[in-house]
Amino acid sequence: MSEIALLEWVRGPGFQIATIILVVGVIIRIFEILMLGRKSNLAEAKGSEFASGMRTIVTRSVPTAESFKRSSLTIVAGYVFHFGLFVTIFLYAPHILLIKGVTGLAWPALPTPVVDIVAVVSIIALLVVLVHRFNNKVLRYLTTSGDLFAWFVTIAPLVTGYIAFHRIGMSGPALLAVHILSVELLMVVLPFTKLAHAFTIFMARWYNGAISGYRGVQS
Amino acid sequence: MSASLEKGINALKEQVDSSVAAFFSSCVHCGMCADACLFQTETGNPASTPIAKTEPLRRIWKSEYTLLGRLGKIFGLSKKVDEELLAEWETMVYDNCTMCGRCSMVCPVGNDIALMIRKTREGMAVAGYAPEGLIGAMNRAIKIGSPMGVKLPALLAQIKHIEADTGKTIPVDVVGAEYMLLLSSMEIMNFPKFIEAISKIFDKAGATWTISTEAFEATNTGIQIGVNDLAAELVQRTVDAAEKLKVKTVISPECGHAYMAIRWEGPNLIGKPYSFQVRHILEVLDSMRAEGRIKTDSKESQKLTYHAPCQVARRGGVIDEPRRLLDLFADNFVEMLDAGKMNWCCGAGGGVSSNERADEVRLEVFKRKKAQLEEVKPDALVSACANCRIHLEDGLEEYGMDIPVISLTETLAEHLADD
Ligand code: HEM
Ligand code: HEM
Repeated sequence: MSEIALLEWVRGPGFQIATIILVVGVIIRIFEILMLGRKSNLAEAKGSEFASGMRTIVTRSVPTAESFKRSSLTIVAGYVFHFGLFVTIFLYAPHILLIKGVTGLAWPALPTPVVDIVAVVSIIALLVVLVHRFNNKVLRYLTTSGDLFAWFVTIAPLVTGYIAFHRIGMSGPALLAVHILSVELLMVVLPFTKLAHAFTIFMARWYNGAISGYRGVQS
Repeated sequence: MSASLEKGINALKEQVDSSVAAFFSSCVHCGMCADACLFQTETGNPASTPIAKTEPLRRIWKSEYTLLGRLGKIFGLSKKVDEELLAEWETMVYDNCTMCGRCSMVCPVGNDIALMIRKTREGMAVAGYAPEGLIGAMNRAIKIGSPMGVKLPALLAQIKHIEADTGKTIPVDVVGAEYMLLLSSMEIMNFPKFIEAISKIFDKAGATWTISTEAFEATNTGIQIGVNDLAAELVQRTVDAAEKLKVKTVISPECGHAYMAIRWEGPNLIGKPYSFQVRHILEVLDSMRAEGRIKTDSKESQKLTYHAPCQVARRGGVIDEPRRLLDLFADNFVEMLDAGKMNWCCGAGGGVSSNERADEVRLEVFKRKKAQLEEVKPDALVSACANCRIHLEDGLEEYGMDIPVISLTETLAEHLADD
């Protein structure tokens, strides 16, 4: 297959397949969870369930002071690469063009040099996360091959995107094809790995807040 | 597969609901729960990381309730729950966890890890992997009515003593009283002054109350060990007694898990709402205070601090009440760091104190409370749980610290105004 043909495939059918798997996968996972149901609480309530759940979705993004002191590296590095992912995916001009092509929606982009720096910082943060994972006793104990795989598919589009932009190594179309392939890998595995937290986190936080809020404690 | 293992696995399957599935789906192995758990921070043992303790339940969730897990099971790739796993996990789930719930408050994805461990215990206990001490306590609770083997004559003897000392009558089996008081065996045997304090305060406040001879035990070992049907049987005894005596409110005494059991888990265990209210003694006292029915005429000048029992505060919702009550008699009150809903556990809840195998680690993790107390340097430590109290005394003695541990209710009674 020629470079151009490859690029056409990953941009066309490849991307469509990945999108379908992502969307169907997310729906399956959400159904899988919600279908299990949950018994209603028969104890007399001391606080609200729904409102406390909604509040915890927001408040859990801010760690307590004590938690921050004890887990600062995880929290700072985590914030940096999540923020970086958001910026590179949604505020980079070529990406916005792509989204416009698919959905018709568009918004202003950040200047490319800024995105370039953010991408590098995110890559560094993810490297720090990995080193921490191997250096820290608790993290080493918890780490499974799934964690390393999730890490890999997260950093891969950042790295391949950066390489494509700076034309390092191969020719333009080949680099871009590799970049988009790495993105498609991320899309395909996201619903079925721990990366599913990107959408299940809202359910988990809500349940946490609801369970605790019912007993009168904002969690 | 042995019959008991199969039962255990079925019990685990029953524990998986949408909340558990959302929790396991969201875990990213970030390790932040470890930093919130005193069994991890004080021992450095990575296996004590809260989320790691839920492994048996996680395997069941994964292989039974996820698409990939079910596929994996067909191809024999999924990790199994077997006897070896349960044996290895027994010490983590029971000896190294008090279900204090700090982990549930810090998990960035919002997992209620303490709930997940509580659910893991259900399968462990049914499969026969639970500590001797807890099994013994549960059997005594079912057969005798008390985990410590305290029978009715022992309670009646204590009541007689109190009546002789104070000249007051302790109301027993009074139909139509407003409140029915539950007691933990520990209070009956070690802290009978608690009953005396209730009698004094309720008399002054003009409230009618009673103790039932058919259901006086507040604790519920079924919940600590994690056997729902036995836990339900213990709850039902209290419900029957409360209905028979036609009381309005059942009072959970100064005990952490008793409150969790009767207030929050009880109706769900027996499958129907109560026809009466359940309140913690601190809630009852605080509402009497708000109505102006409790007045004090002297203050405690010693420097006091308050140890919040986890199941009463963080897991139970009784956080501000003790502070308002302390305000009635404490002139020099200081909070420990992390006070309130993030208070550190003493290290002996969740059945740990009934489990001899955990004696060593329970005292080791007390270092956390010790550090908190060293920052505040109180003259006395107030608490509202007989189990915390005994362990706090134990821990303070172990580390050569001379701080008396006192009950909030008892201390309040000492400062009541004589009008
Ligand atoms: C709504 C969106 C998301 C939220 C709220 C969220 C939140 C979180 C939180 C709270 C953590 C744990 C703390 C930490 O390690 O930083 C985490 C970890 C992680 N997230 Fe996300 N996330 C989101 C989306 C994503 C996406 C889209 C990806 C990948 C493309 C991702 C990749 C990761 C990875 C790899 C980790 C684990 C880091 C480690 O190895 O310790 N997240 N996320
Ligand atoms: C299917 C979705 C995507 C498409 C079609 C796409 C396409 C592109 C294109 C055309 C470029 C410019 C490359 C060049 O100039 O040759 C690029 C750059 C880049 N992309 Fe993507 N991308 C996608 C998703 C992602 C995602 C999910 C990430 C990150 C997780 C990412 C990270 C990057 C980065 C870091 C750059 C380089 C930016 C810079 O250094 O200035 N891309 N991408």
